[in-house]
This record gives sequence, C-alpha cells and structure tokens, in this order.
Amino acid sequence: MFALVRTVALPMGMAISAAFGMAAPAVAQDFPTRAIEYIIPFNPGGESDVTARLQEPLLKEALGVDVNVRHQPGGGGAVAWSEFQSNAEADGHEIIGINLPHIVGQPIQRADAGYSTEGFDIITWFHFTPHVLIVPASSPFQTLDDLVSFATENPQAVTMGGSGTFSGNHLETLRFEELAEVDVTYIPFTGTGPLPAAILGGHVGSVMSNSTLGVQMGDQVRVLAVAADERLEVLPDVPTFKEQGYDIVGGTFRGVAAPKGTPADRVTMLADVFTEINETLGERQIPMGFQMTDIRGDDAVALLDRLKTQYGPYLEGN
Amino acid sequence: MDVFLEAAQSILAPHMLLLVFLGVTAGLFVGALPGLTATMALALMLPFTFTLDALEGLVALGAVYMGTIYGGAFTAILINTPGTPSSIATTFDGHPMAKQGRGLEAISIATIASVVGGLVGVAFLLLAAPPLAKLAIRFGPAEMFWVAILGLTLIGTLASGSVLKGLLGGAIGLLIGTIGISPIGGESRFTLGWPPLQGGVSLIVALIGLFVIPELLDMIRRGRAALAPPLGVTPSRFNFGSAARTVFSQPVNLIRSCGIGQIIAVIPGAGGSITSLVAYNEAKRASKSPETFGKGNPEGLVASESSNNVMVAGSMVPLLALGIPGAPPDAVILGVMLLHGLRPGLALFTESGVLANGFILSMGLAALMLIPVGLLGGQLIYRIVLRTPYYFLVPTILVITMLGTYALRNNLLDVAIMLGLGVAGFMLRGLGIGAAPIVLGLILGTIAEQGYVQTILGGMALPVPQVRLFINPLSQIIIGLILAVLLWSFVPPLLRRWRKPRGGE
Repeated sequence: MFALVRTVALPMGMAISAAFGMAAPAVAQDFPTRAIEYIIPFNPGGESDVTARLQEPLLKEALGVDVNVRHQPGGGGAVAWSEFQSNAEADGHEIIGINLPHIVGQPIQRADAGYSTEGFDIITWFHFTPHVLIVPASSPFQTLDDLVSFATENPQAVTMGGSGTFSGNHLETLRFEELAEVDVTYIPFTGTGPLPAAILGGHVGSVMSNSTLGVQMGDQVRVLAVAADERLEVLPDVPTFKEQGYDIVGGTFRGVAAPKGTPADRVTMLADVFTEINETLGERQIPMGFQMTDIRGDDAVALLDRLKTQYGPYLEGN
Repeated sequence: MDVFLEAAQSILAPHMLLLVFLGVTAGLFVGALPGLTATMALALMLPFTFTLDALEGLVALGAVYMGTIYGGAFTAILINTPGTPSSIATTFDGHPMAKQGRGLEAISIATIASVVGGLVGVAFLLLAAPPLAKLAIRFGPAEMFWVAILGLTLIGTLASGSVLKGLLGGAIGLLIGTIGISPIGGESRFTLGWPPLQGGVSLIVALIGLFVIPELLDMIRRGRAALAPPLGVTPSRFNFGSAARTVFSQPVNLIRSCGIGQIIAVIPGAGGSITSLVAYNEAKRASKSPETFGKGNPEGLVASESSNNVMVAGSMVPLLALGIPGAPPDAVILGVMLLHGLRPGLALFTESGVLANGFILSMGLAALMLIPVGLLGGQLIYRIVLRTPYYFLVPTILVITMLGTYALRNNLLDVAIMLGLGVAGFMLRGLGIGAAPIVLGLILGTIAEQGYVQTILGGMALPVPQVRLFINPLSQIIIGLILAVLLWSFVPPLLRRWRKPRGGE
C-alpha cells in the first residue's frame, strides 16, 4: 500500500529526500539491516502521530535505514497493541508507540483487551505531558479552592470534560474527586480535539486535560493547577496540585516499545537514538507544553508499577 | 489593506503557485482513491511541511485538502463510489448522469460547483470568521444530538425509493456503528470477546464496501461496464461553456447550498457528509421537478458539490478564530501551526496578518486551480474508465479498493469486513435498500450517541437530566427544523389521500 501512497505523493516524497539528504549510516553494524516499521496505534493528526512524523526523518538519519510510520488505530490503541504482541518479530526492526496510562488501564478494565502491560520490551518513555485543570477565562472559579468549595456544596454540579473513559484524564478526575472529597461530573469526549469547543462554548465547566492544551489555548482559559512535581516553564504562573495540598502528579507518557524478547543491545541502541533525537524534538515541543524524558530499563518498569498502584483501585471496581 | 496586498503578493510568487498546483493535483488523486482520506493525506505530508516555512507549509496543506474533497467527486460520478464521505450525495445524481453518457458534463458541472463553493468558503472566512466562530461554539452536546437526529430524519426522504426502506437502511447503519469500544463509557460492544473487533467497523471501510463492491458485482452481472451509455446514445462531449451555464443558471440553488454548507461547516464535528446531504435535500425540496432527483438532475449535483467544498475553508473558521479544529483534517493543520509556534486565534490575524491572510487567499487560489487541474484530470480519468473493458476495470478497481481499505488502518480484518459488507450491500440493494442510508446511519448514530450521553451526564445535578436536551434555544430551533422535515414528508401524501375520495364523489 505504501507504494501506492508514495506514487500519489511522489512530488512530496522527492522533496523530503532532497531536504534531508541521503542519510549515512551512523555506525557500520549488523543492526538495523532493513527498514524499521514504527507503528502508531492512533489516528493521523493526534499528538502521538505528529511526534512520530517529527521523529521519522531524524530516526532515518541516525539509523541509516528507512523508517516507515504506519497507523493502526482502533480500540484506543488496543487493536495495534494486541496484534503487535502476538505477531511482531522480536529483532528490533518492528517497534510500536506506547502510551501511559493506556497500556496499564486497558488490560485491567477490559477482559478482552488482547495484550498485557508487561508484554513489551520498553525502549524508552520519551516525553510527558502532565495533566492540567482548565476553566474558561470567564469562569467564576479563580483558584482551585474556589472550584473545590463550590463542588463541595453542590455535588455533581461541576462538570469536568476530558478525553475518553478510564483514560488518563478520567482517572485523574477520579483521583482528584477522592483527594478533594468532592463529587464532580466527568464528561468524556472522543479525544482532545473537541475539548476547546467544549470549554469555549460553555458545554463543560472545566476540563482535565494535558498541559499542551493549556498552553495552546492561551488567555482564552485559566489553568487552575498542573499535575507535575514542579511548575512548568511554559506555564510559570500555574501552581501545582501539590502546592495546593493535593498529592496529584500524573499525565500522559509517550514512549516506544519492541516485542518482548528483543536482544537487549538493540533495545539500548534504539533508546540511545530516541534520546538523542529528543534534543531536536524538544526545540519544537517544549514550548508547546511537552516535557522531554528518557525513562528506560528498570525505571520504565517502575513507572508501570507506580501507575498500577495509583490508578488500579479506580479501574478494578469496573 | 496593506496586509492583504502583502499576503496576496507572497502567495502569487512562482514557487507558491507551484506548491498549490502540486498540492491540488496530489489531493485530487488521493481523493479519487477510496480509502485514502484527506486526514491521512495531510498527515503523510507533515514531515515535508517542516522543510518549508510556516506559510508555505500551510499553503501546501490547504491545497491538498481542497483537492482531496474535490477528487472524491470523480469516483462518485464515474463508479458510484464516493471517494470521501463528503461526496455521498454526489453519487445520487452524478452517477445516473454518467450512466446516461453525460459523465463529462457531470464532471464539468461538479468542478465548477466545487470552485464556486471553495471561493464562497474563502470569502466567508476572510469576512465573517469572528461571528461565525461564535455561532460554532454554541453547538454543544445537546445541539449535536439534534443535528444528528435531523440527519437521520433526512435519510427517509433521500434520493428515490421508499421512506421505509431508507429508514431501515439507516437502522442497519446505526447497528453496525455500535460494534467496538463505545465512544463514551468505554465498554466493548458486540466484539464477541475477540480483541481485533475492538476497533469496530470504520466508517470508511463501510463506505467502500457498501458502495464499491455492489457496483462491481453489478458490472459482472450485466457483463458490461457500468458506464457504457445505452445503445444509440452518443456520449456528450466536453463543453465547459455549457456546463458553466448549467451551474450559473441556478443561482438560488448555489446560494442556498453554499449557505447551508457554510453554517454546517463551522459546527465542529458535523463533517462534510451531513453538509452535502442537507444541501441536496433542500435542493430537491425547492426544485420544480423533485421527481427527477436521483435520476441525473444536475441541480442535485450542484447542491452536493458546492456545499461540500465550502466546507474546506468553512471548517477553518473555528480553527483560525478560536483554535478549534472543525473537521479531522483541520486537526493536522492545527498541529502544523502549533509546531511552527503559531497559536490560532484572532490574535493570529493581528500578529501574523500576512501569514493568516496568505493562507486563506491561497485556498481561494487552490479552488481556482481546480478548473485546469480538475477538468484535465477529469477527462483523463473519464476516458480511462469509459474505454477499459469491464473485465479489466472490475479487477483493477477491486485491487485498488482492497489496498485502500488495508492502508486505512493497516488491518487485514478491515479488508474482510469491507468485502463482507459489500456482498451484504449487494443483496440489500436488490431489496431496494441503498448504501447511502446505511453509511449515514453509521455516521450519525455515533454523533447522536455521544451528544445524548454527554448531555445527560451534564445534567446529572438536575432532577430529570433529559431536560438538558430541550432547554437551549438552539436545540429548540433544530427540533423545529426536524418537525418541519417530518411534516413536509408525511403531510402532503396524507392530504392527497384525504382529498382523493372527496374529489371522486
């Protein structure tokens, strides 16, 4: 199929090769020996896809082979992850984008997710977008305290929009409800795309989303809190949840994984490459609200365990 | 004004014109291939746009977008298969025209209508973005629920055939749409515990299967190409002037369709399929000869193609004015703007006026470019389809279709679902249930479900949450429209039945 797409997009394809030049192999070695298949389990145009599109030319240059980014959306990522775990060859030439808390949440919540959280060799988690609590600029809530005290007096009256059900946004809302001892109404939307309209149109009173949305919407909104350990450089005036007395740190981690059993040296080599290109990526993405990370090996597994403890209780009841 | 001149100057540079030309041409072929969507075309172009400056990148994306939506009309007319969901209504009259040997005329009319629609959308975007954007965000979950119900109501009155069969088709579509992970709530539905079914039946897969496969089976059954004109009829020759006269002799239809297109285009999430459907329905209702709709009436073709091309620039209204992507391809454009450090919003027009206005003007340029590119490309494709014997045409289309389906999500199961739905669709067509109601049921069911559940959740603090569906004035207006459509389709026949016996006395 890609041959077909390439023919269609031939003028562009030529421009791409011309612009990036012929990539020279970084080191002569036995890996990689053929094109890398990089699967993105989400739709074109989302944050995961845009990131992969940015990585593609940089990876190609660093690895010296073609990198084919393929979409395989469906089931919130589960279709691609389950097929990858059962079919992908564990030689390092097939890799897949992975997201947290998705790969922790889905196997707990769905009996037929078709994959397991532990069934990947995680290469690295390369970036993180912490959750933020957003209200419209016209909202009566000036601070997180305002929102909490109103919600305490008026159970279910505060609506909180977010992307998806039992997704990161939803789980963070559940955790916020428990720690703040309030009862808000979570309203799921299909993805982050519809959220700006929901905030600006007043269809929801607040939104639990990723930092990137808070940055993107600028002064149309007020960000009440960010779920990170420290304040973000791009949102310096926004206090953390911790500062305001709620121990909430969380968000979406994006990373990349190989099939279980891929040779360790190849996994490490790929992790080094992803980390190296993270610098170039960061120039564009940090101003948008991303935090660049390099969480690999035991740390990556520890992260999975932490999220399981953090969110597991909300998922198992369902 | 200086900003406009400067913007106009920057997009009239030779390399910009080349970008627009290449973009429209590439978009046209992508749009003509079922399975390759505008969103996918734009996403594939992302890495390419980073080698360009922000304006060049946006110009290229806008041109491809315009070309894709237009390209969908070719296959709709020639092989009764909408290249994108936006051209479903184009099949209703475009294909019957082609069958009567008027394929080139249909393509020319579609082209001119698309150009008019594209330019109208650009004009609205330049002149009326802020008030339109304000209207756009008033469409919340409750309003979207009613918009979807309005669309479902229209299914009954669509094209030719019986209301009952139309609604039956819509219901089948609604059921197909429930397979997979539910959009709100996240439960697995009808997956039979089988992980691959979590992805559900993709709209495009259903679209391809239900439209293409029955058409191919029909060609095989009849043993001749579907396009071969009836014996004794000479195919009409290409005549730009007469096509232009046909289009511009229906000014009311054009204005109405573009107006409908513009209003629906700014509603985030409504999409081109509803746009052209509503415009088609209104054209039919207003026409002096509604019985010729669905049998090759150019009015229907003009309504569908002008309204869906308004959507390209029209859906950018909420994007540029507020940073809200109105349609999936706009999300990619939003991504490109953000990566170039541009934040969409009214400030963009004051801070980067040349860029914002240049981008908008370039879409107008892309619309004009459809005339040479579209008419030449259209003639070429027409000749190929017309002259290829059916025993070459059928397997070729089948292979392209299967590749397109696979490419959509890189999923072999989708190909199997597409073929299965196609065979089912062929049998349903024999029973008089067309593909369009089924596909529209699939699209609208998802929108209605989301709108309903979100509205009810938003009303949890009320004693009766369902009240939220009715309290907004905008909801009430849409409910009024639905009642009007229902009255229009059911009352006249009843009146006739009631009068007849009296007249006989």
